[in-house]
Amino acid sequence: MDMSTTRSRIAIGQTTRMAVVVMAMAMFLAACGGSAASPSASVDASCAKDTLALKTAGKLTLSTSAPAYSPWFQGGNEGSAAIWAGDYVSDPAKGQGYEGAVAYAVAAKLGFTAAEVVWVATDFTVSYAPGAKSFDLYLAQVSIKAERAEAVDFSSGYYDAAQGVVTIEGSPIAGATSIADLKTAKLGAMIGTTSLAAINNIIKPDTEVAVFDTNDEALAALNGGLIDGIVTDVPTAFYMRDAQLTGGIIVGQLPSDGGAQEQFGFVLEKGSALTACVSAVVDGLKADGTLASLLTEWIADKASAPVLK
Amino acid sequence: MTAARSARKGTLVAVISTLVVATLLAISIGSSPSWPLVQKAFFDGTYFSTSLPDVIGAFAINIQLFVLAEILILPIGLLIALARSITSPALAPLRIFATIYTDFFRGVPSILLIYVLGFGVPALRLPGVPSEPFFWALVTLVLIYSAYVSEVYRAGIESIHPSQERAARALGLTRFQALRYVVLPQALRRVVPPLLNDFIGLQKDTALVSILGVVEAFKQAQILKSANFNFTPLMVTAVIFLVITIPMTRLVDRLAAKDRATQQGGTR
Repeated sequence: MDMSTTRSRIAIGQTTRMAVVVMAMAMFLAACGGSAASPSASVDASCAKDTLALKTAGKLTLSTSAPAYSPWFQGGNEGSAAIWAGDYVSDPAKGQGYEGAVAYAVAAKLGFTAAEVVWVATDFTVSYAPGAKSFDLYLAQVSIKAERAEAVDFSSGYYDAAQGVVTIEGSPIAGATSIADLKTAKLGAMIGTTSLAAINNIIKPDTEVAVFDTNDEALAALNGGLIDGIVTDVPTAFYMRDAQLTGGIIVGQLPSDGGAQEQFGFVLEKGSALTACVSAVVDGLKADGTLASLLTEWIADKASAPVLK
Repeated sequence: MTAARSARKGTLVAVISTLVVATLLAISIGSSPSWPLVQKAFFDGTYFSTSLPDVIGAFAINIQLFVLAEILILPIGLLIALARSITSPALAPLRIFATIYTDFFRGVPSILLIYVLGFGVPALRLPGVPSEPFFWALVTLVLIYSAYVSEVYRAGIESIHPSQERAARALGLTRFQALRYVVLPQALRRVVPPLLNDFIGLQKDTALVSILGVVEAFKQAQILKSANFNFTPLMVTAVIFLVITIPMTRLVDRLAAKDRATQQGGTR
């Protein structure tokens, strides 16, 4: 067999494939260019309330996990669905708490009154399982990641997240002031959170990280001395200290690992026609300062802690 | 000769019908418009190979747990079974204790027990009481499975005809000797298949330790699953468990067949 012919045939095959890829990219760019060129007014027009592809016509179906936690969702559950009941009662339909408020701000911008907003409870895992979704938008402190975006759509980020370390009096890390002090600690985090990655990438502890299904188990483990501290997003760390722990202490906030700023975004069905509209609305709320004022209202000074070095 | 031919024909029919069913299944699943989505979410080749080393590494914890647990469960279960079989009135408290033990630990959901023991007991902060999740997971599995296993032993013991013990006693053996040398050897041989069955269940229940924060195979898979919103790592765990349990199931089948053959051989 003539090797050079084979090789040149492969080369031709590669060229053909390359050409196809280049053509596809050109077409893709052309398509993008077309939409980018259209004025912003037309974006708004295509997001008109009656043209939106919704689960239930005329209603915006929002979703989060039950129970929902402060400071993301706040307020009692009187008169609303019993599904949101629990020790730390937070009915999202109250529109209170940062995510609750952001959800209603987005709904209002899309043209929905509070009465046209419907809430359903969705488990975190169910939110990204393949198949039809029961919601239009899901928000539960979900970090935007490229790998995750292969399974679902994300809106623009509505919150810049940072990770904090919380512990209790008497823990070996109660007096920790630096990342080095945390190296020997047994730390815990909730499954599916970026806190776990933060522990492994920033603190790099000597002992293996304990991973819990929910923050409730992490708290039980902290109280039981199974772990020395919990890593979670900073507002949740403050909530744990103030409402869920006896003798809770905020050790500090973890520095960025040098990568892109971690953001929470709305989760939508992959390829949802709503994604662009929701992102546009979130971008608008960020630009006009609404998100900043909601942040001050619901999270206030609890969005940051001393950064550990 | 005809027997061999009809056996070959039987095999051929079995192979063809299996192939037809498998093909129909594959076609009907593959023709679903959502199949590519499901395939990407559950059977992604890249995620499979990248998560394999992590999940296998974490599986070491499951192995340690079920081997240690089984070593403790086998004798403890036997002791409880013997305690329940006691007929002497003076030792009634022992029998009552064994009965309550099996009733309670077979009835209570293991997930509740591991919560109470794993989170509750360490929270008491008693000096000298360990707080390691591995320890409490081991305790939970031993408590629950020794209750199950004791009932398997008891069924085995009771399946030995009373004439066996009476014959032994007539030969001058004490009650204990009759149990030790006549009843138990026969009973234990009979319960090997159901014991292995429970052992397989135990292997899968080692995933319970993950509730206490320990990263074993299933938890490792879940971590990877929620990091990337892809369920393929769970399939990796399934494959690892199957690789361990399927040979064991076949072994159980063979032991049962062998036991049947020996017993039939004896009566011929």
